[in-house]
Amino acid sequence: MHIPDGYLSPATCGTMYAVSVPFWYLAINRVRKVLTKRTVPVLAIFAAFSFVLMMFNVPIPGGTTAHAVGATLLAIVLGPWAAVLGISVALGIQALFFGDGGLLTFGANCFNMAIVMPLVGYFIYKVISSNSEATSPRRILGAVMGSYIGIVAASAAAGIELGIQPALFHAVNGTPLYAPYALNVALPAMLSAHLAVAGPIEAAVTGGVVAYLLRTHSSLIKADTPGKKEGKLWILWGALGLLALATPLGLLDSGTAWGEWGVDELQNIGLGFIPQGLQKFAGWWPAPLPDYGFPRMGAVIGYILSALVGIALVSFLLWVLGRWLNRKNLPKQEVPSKEESAG
Amino acid sequence: MKGEGFLTKNISSFTHLLESVISTENLCRAQGLLQGLDPRVKVVTLVLFIVIVGLARSLSILAIIFILVLTLSFLSKVSLVFFLKRVFLFIPIFAAVIAIPALFITPGLPLVTIVGKVIITEQGARTAGLLFLRVTDSLSFGVLLILTTPWTSLLAALRWLRMPSLLVDILGMTYRYIFLLLHNTNSMFLARRSRTIGSFSSGENRRWLARALTTTMAKSQHLSEEVYLAMLSRGYQGEIRVLNDFKMKLRDFLWIAFALIAASILLWSNHL
Repeated sequence: MHIPDGYLSPATCGTMYAVSVPFWYLAINRVRKVLTKRTVPVLAIFAAFSFVLMMFNVPIPGGTTAHAVGATLLAIVLGPWAAVLGISVALGIQALFFGDGGLLTFGANCFNMAIVMPLVGYFIYKVISSNSEATSPRRILGAVMGSYIGIVAASAAAGIELGIQPALFHAVNGTPLYAPYALNVALPAMLSAHLAVAGPIEAAVTGGVVAYLLRTHSSLIKADTPGKKEGKLWILWGALGLLALATPLGLLDSGTAWGEWGVDELQNIGLGFIPQGLQKFAGWWPAPLPDYGFPRMGAVIGYILSALVGIALVSFLLWVLGRWLNRKNLPKQEVPSKEESAG
Repeated sequence: MKGEGFLTKNISSFTHLLESVISTENLCRAQGLLQGLDPRVKVVTLVLFIVIVGLARSLSILAIIFILVLTLSFLSKVSLVFFLKRVFLFIPIFAAVIAIPALFITPGLPLVTIVGKVIITEQGARTAGLLFLRVTDSLSFGVLLILTTPWTSLLAALRWLRMPSLLVDILGMTYRYIFLLLHNTNSMFLARRSRTIGSFSSGENRRWLARALTTTMAKSQHLSEEVYLAMLSRGYQGEIRVLNDFKMKLRDFLWIAFALIAASILLWSNHL
């Protein structure tokens, strides 16, 4: 995901620097308040660790290897703002010394990998693991989901930066001056590569390290003091509530979701025939609420009722999953296990 | 063999990195054109050239800039083979993925046609060429800066350029500790390799890697505490003081004049 110089126009690079600077400023202030005089040695050594982590060749099935970023991991151990600075420094040394990522694109690369990735990853980790013990398996689940979503979000940001280039910057005869692919190619390409390959690697490495940390060095992972609410959870509930309220927006759109055509719709959009396999399987799963509506009820009321039923079902399932994970965790008394140490 | 392959790959990539850093440090001490310049001047002018590369709109301008790069590296006593190796180390990965397909799928006027079908368009060839030369040129200036400037002078220059001192201090220390951590992890890989006879699945290897990473992380945490105490006991007050002994010489002014003239000519030729 390290974008070299030459793929983004200088204007985009400048914009991305301008976007990243406030985050850096905020991060420096936050970190200084917590670490005070320790800031320099702690951040320097963890930035070095982050650099080394990015160099590791991680084995993947098939005999080849790939690299991880470790942004979410660093955010879990150091806190999100320290991670922003640590990874920025590691990326800076990579760009300066090893030509991995450019100097002008440094702002963009930092935005993707040192800002979006750790902040999104940490947010997801927090949502999943909040109020759990330091040794709870919810921490591992949070680390896996957070790192996966974090790297996918970062790749989406990179895909957008690359994808807007040909439309904004081209020569008179249409020759793209920088990255040549439009959004409809660049974004899916970046996303699919990270959903399928880089994301699972990042999740495996982060999950593996957090799982091992929980068993051997759980002091490195900050536990929430039990009983004390995080206080930030209302943001999540608020956002989810807003999304739910926005459900009726779906009624405004007369089209069909791309790729979700039913048999009759396929005929309507001008496909002259129905693929045989599709016809065969079209009816085998009788959905209880076809087309998100209740039979013999107004379309609008049916749609909204469907949404309510869906939200209730998903919430119930998640609640059961949470209960189950917590139960599994409660009776377990941590005995310091004699794991073979790596090395 | 699979397991061993992954260990060997890590050991060799770490060793390569250490090697390349040592050869860089040797080059910084050579008596060449760029080595003799004030680091502040070098940082500003080489970054200016990277911006010019970013703004260039034609293949010929980018080609002229590449000739300028090669001349500079020759005058700075950087061997051509070594220089090109450094530059092209990173280009193939991104260029192959992005520039080569652009040759074939960019719409435009036909350039190469086979049996009546347009294979390569003029716009496609131009895009791929622009991308390739632009990446090469920008990377070259970065490589020139690193090959001819000792790390400490570079940090001093960044500090003089008003980069927050906290960040400069962190950058300097990070660079140091990268090598310590690389050395440690390399020993871990070597130890593992020397105890490995058969092969492991990639899953087992990943689990081992996670443990190795965790151990390194715990060691880093311990190390940072010790380093902090060592700094405190030496009178560290939260700020690192450095001696700045920058002196501009005649050749620095000559170089600035050259850089400004070259940059304006290149910028102006965009409008030809």
